[in-house]
Amino acid sequence: MVKRQLDYEQKHQQLGYKIKELKELSAKVDFDLSAEIESLEAGVLKIKKEKYQNLNAWEKVLLSRHPDRASSRDYIESLSDEWLELHGDRYYGDDRAVTAGIALFNGQPITVLGYQKGEDTQDNIAHNFGMPHPEGYRKILRLLLQAEKFDRPVVTFIDTPGAYPGIGAEERGQAWAISQVLMILSALKVPVVAIVTGEGGSGGALALAVADRTLMFSNAVFSVATPEACSSILWNDLERVEEMASALKITAADLLELGIIDEIIEEPPGGINEDFEASIANIRKSLQRHLEDILSKDREELLVERYSRLRKIGKFTE
Amino acid sequence: MLKNTFYKKKYIPVNPYTEDRKQEGSIPGKKLCPSCSSVIPETELVENFKVCPLCSCHFPLSARERIEMMLDKDSFREFDSGLSSYNVLDFPEYDEKLLEAEQNSGLKEAIITGCGRIGGHKLVLGVMESQFMMGSMGSAVGEKICRAVERAMEAGCPLLMCCTSGGARMQEGMLSLMQMAKTSAVLSRFHKEGLLYISIMLHPTTGGVSASFASLADIIIAEPGALIGFAGPRVIRQTIGQTLPDNFQRAEFLLEHGMVDMIVERSQLNATLEFLLRIHQGGANG
Repeated sequence: MVKRQLDYEQKHQQLGYKIKELKELSAKVDFDLSAEIESLEAGVLKIKKEKYQNLNAWEKVLLSRHPDRASSRDYIESLSDEWLELHGDRYYGDDRAVTAGIALFNGQPITVLGYQKGEDTQDNIAHNFGMPHPEGYRKILRLLLQAEKFDRPVVTFIDTPGAYPGIGAEERGQAWAISQVLMILSALKVPVVAIVTGEGGSGGALALAVADRTLMFSNAVFSVATPEACSSILWNDLERVEEMASALKITAADLLELGIIDEIIEEPPGGINEDFEASIANIRKSLQRHLEDILSKDREELLVERYSRLRKIGKFTE
Repeated sequence: MLKNTFYKKKYIPVNPYTEDRKQEGSIPGKKLCPSCSSVIPETELVENFKVCPLCSCHFPLSARERIEMMLDKDSFREFDSGLSSYNVLDFPEYDEKLLEAEQNSGLKEAIITGCGRIGGHKLVLGVMESQFMMGSMGSAVGEKICRAVERAMEAGCPLLMCCTSGGARMQEGMLSLMQMAKTSAVLSRFHKEGLLYISIMLHPTTGGVSASFASLADIIIAEPGALIGFAGPRVIRQTIGQTLPDNFQRAEFLLEHGMVDMIVERSQLNATLEFLLRIHQGGANG
């Protein structure tokens, strides 16, 4: 039977509750248990650290989809000094599976673009579970060109199962919309930093991953298609999804080795969902450093570098 | 539609190709049409560009057959014929799949690239082979496309891609997916040179190929009846839990929705390409 959720997570949570109870008790009866509590906390942290350092690929998939994991909007709000959301593709509608806007990051104007999942079921329905329609990609396209016009660097946040497979999406040219974003981004005359924050699935996710620097959270995954889809298509067997997740090489460590990402941003033990502030501090540091680095480069040189980064990806024999 | 109501044909069209239908397969030199089940003599089929003379069903062509059909005689020169993918991720069963694909198609990869002439106009072209792992795009397909585009830029001549693919090749993981970005990046440079790119979408063109180089052409031609889209119909049906409209994602549907410039029958393809090449002057001096 394939694991659908992280079973150890509940255990950690229960230990946490017990410690909390103990703390409350200790305060109530006015009896100093702080030494014991401290050692218990350290013990739990140790167990957690060990567990989270050794997650397999499928466990990372589950963690990357964790319902409490931060969404693109959370990152944008926390990283920006100020920000303003912008809406619509000017052709058809506003796709809420994409959050887009302009922001100040440490005083630097940037354009922010991210796939947007919801916080709960209702919110997820409104955001179509982070799966964009062509309108979403055309909103992205519009704001990319706007970023170029105003010479604003672009920062993207990747967290989507993929582009939406539906009738309307096909009627309005999902494939065409994605291909345009890929082409425009490859030669956009402003610096681009992509951050894989959650799950990245297929071409629908790739559209925001063409960048000068690609950063990735340690528990995030980025895959050619979801392990479920690959398992069902190639092996006609959903039960082998864990094996598929590991065969596809989708973890941050795998992708760093393959040269597809540039840096891993460490998550706190337990994942982003357990310590958002610490995660934001890590992402801020990393983003700041990379933005400074690429902003200091000559724009022409940056474009040549971005091109050669893309051009050399692939392994073949001849 | 109204007209049909009033002038309903009262006779049944006679199908001259129904004889021997039951014994199809056992009769040498004849082929069964997958669409209307007519049994067609192979010589007639070949003369008719492998299109059923009765229902116009376009039979699949191999990449080699297509090149032979489109290009001026003996004008083709192949590029990078030895370039191929290998099992870079050590993915289960991929080695066997590659071997099987090579035996099925007689090719080392899912695309043939090269240069040649159509109506005397020089061009660089790539023709995908669906018999090779459903024309899926891995590192080697991406690389061959990029090199072909670069050669077209060097020569300053037009580019033609005949696309047929199920999408990115899953066995190469993210390396496959990144070929979408790689081919799009090269085409961005190609377009800046002011050169002509024509894409022909064949049955089927989906996934990572439709969402990258196949869609980035100046002129997009679809073959009649071809299935073209991003997501496959099975995935869409599963996701939305509804039956899909008739002709959904077929070439005719895409034309109606403004996604392709034209649908061209095989018999008209060369004349169409010759005109496109001539009007863009791309190959005239080549």
